[in-house]
Amino acid sequence: MNKPVNQKAWFFVLPVLVLVAFNAIIPLMTVVNYSLQETFGSNVFLWSGLMWFEELLRSSRFQDSLGRQLFFTFTILVIEIPLGVIIALAMPKKGPWVSVCLVLMALPLLIPWNVVGAMWNIFALPEIGLLGKTLNSLGFDYNYTRQTGNAWFTLIAMDVWHWTSLVVLLSYAGLVSIPDAYYQAARIDGAKSWAIFRYIQLPKMKRVLTIAILLRFMDSFNIYTEPLVLTGGGPGNSTTLLSIDLAKKALGEFDLGPAAAMSLIYFLIILLVSWVFYTLMMRNEEQ
Amino acid sequence: MKRLGWLIPALYIFFLMLPIYWLITMSFKTTNEILGSFTLFPQSFTLDNYITIFTDPTWYWGYFNSIIYVSLNTVISLAVALPAAYAFSRYRFLGDKHLFFWLLTNRMAPAAVFALPFFQLYSSVGLFDTHIAVALAHTLFNVPLAVWILEGFMSGVPRQLDETAYVDGYSFPRFFVKIFIPTIAAGIGVTAFFCFMFSWVELLLAKTLTAVYAKPIAAIMTRTASTSGYELGLLAAAGTLTIIPGAIVIYFVRNNLAKGFALGRV
Repeated sequence: MNKPVNQKAWFFVLPVLVLVAFNAIIPLMTVVNYSLQETFGSNVFLWSGLMWFEELLRSSRFQDSLGRQLFFTFTILVIEIPLGVIIALAMPKKGPWVSVCLVLMALPLLIPWNVVGAMWNIFALPEIGLLGKTLNSLGFDYNYTRQTGNAWFTLIAMDVWHWTSLVVLLSYAGLVSIPDAYYQAARIDGAKSWAIFRYIQLPKMKRVLTIAILLRFMDSFNIYTEPLVLTGGGPGNSTTLLSIDLAKKALGEFDLGPAAAMSLIYFLIILLVSWVFYTLMMRNEEQ
Repeated sequence: MKRLGWLIPALYIFFLMLPIYWLITMSFKTTNEILGSFTLFPQSFTLDNYITIFTDPTWYWGYFNSIIYVSLNTVISLAVALPAAYAFSRYRFLGDKHLFFWLLTNRMAPAAVFALPFFQLYSSVGLFDTHIAVALAHTLFNVPLAVWILEGFMSGVPRQLDETAYVDGYSFPRFFVKIFIPTIAAGIGVTAFFCFMFSWVELLLAKTLTAVYAKPIAAIMTRTASTSGYELGLLAAAGTLTIIPGAIVIYFVRNNLAKGFALGRV
């Protein structure tokens, strides 16, 4: 669509600009400030250049939490995206069950994140939780507060429980937007269901799926409250993801310099990946 | 194969309901029963946990606080995002694409990065521990999302609608309020849903920006969890109550949800 050029449109954007600038630019500059200075408390700041950045990138603590973060994000994307598509494909397209499915599936999305963490914490307790008790009576030695593997299993199960519905809703929206005529044409051509999926449904879902992957990437990379409440980053540091590590540094240990340097690197990683994604998405759209 | 297709969503919903069921059952159990034995249904059914919450002002004010700042946030986000989304969907202007991406970057910002600077910023302007502070802080991620969703919906409305209205003698504000907003009502509903959702579920910023007067229910829960030992029943009851506003909101937008997703860009 060819849009007319009109510089007055800036006036419409101005309120958003002012609001977001207040919320984003001032805090971001604070963070940049901290990242370049050293403080010994009582508001004395010394210029420290890129010291914090160098120190951080070399520290194994940061590398470890970054590694865990990448592993977490990768795992949940690999599980949630295909699962969401499969469920969306199997959902009814018409009738009273549509509303029932949508309402029940959207429910986990609207539960406060710390309640999600607390809920899974209770659900998975080895002695008195439904999941923990069931697994233990099935003969698994399950205790997510003691064993790293179990903690990771619970963490990923929780995220799949929490967020797969978002992928389902988005894919479903892409699916219902396909006109019936497409399916009729495919039926006349005698297309198998795989062919219908590959050549009709998947291309139509491409856009919403890109959005789903982008949102899931950003949100899983930023995840903080749920793992904090569920495992507290433990046992040991085994489920300490980037955000938890950062909050420990900034709010717990009050290491402002290193924490700020970490914030910036953290933000840059998300920005870079999202930018690549966004550019690819826009290029696809122009084609 | 086709016949068994309903099994997939059914099993998925069953899986979704399990932890929720566990939370709700636990909220009707006494602490002794929770810690003492493993029961699928409450054996000694009790409403004590709920009574505690409904009679203690610190508990029920937590709910009011949350609902107040979430509503404020939804209103502010929609009010500033509507004109901006209109500009993005109808016109090209200097730096529009860069601005759009910059807005989206704020959706990506980890809340943990902003927690401390936000505390300092809102303290320095004297808004610390007010509902409006949390509402404004949450616009950081809700406004970009609202602009994004609304822009998609508005681009789906043909520009002829605007032009016809002007020919009919409508001024811009009148056209916008009387014709354009009703046309994209579904989109506004979906956007409001998302603003409500992300503001309702967020805790880190809400907790950082409040102390007493605007403390959200989620923060009161964590405080209770740590100070009064292991009152799982009470925690479960509070958790159960936080699901209700969300459930009500979904119920209202249930018909627009799928349609809304499909029409708009999200």
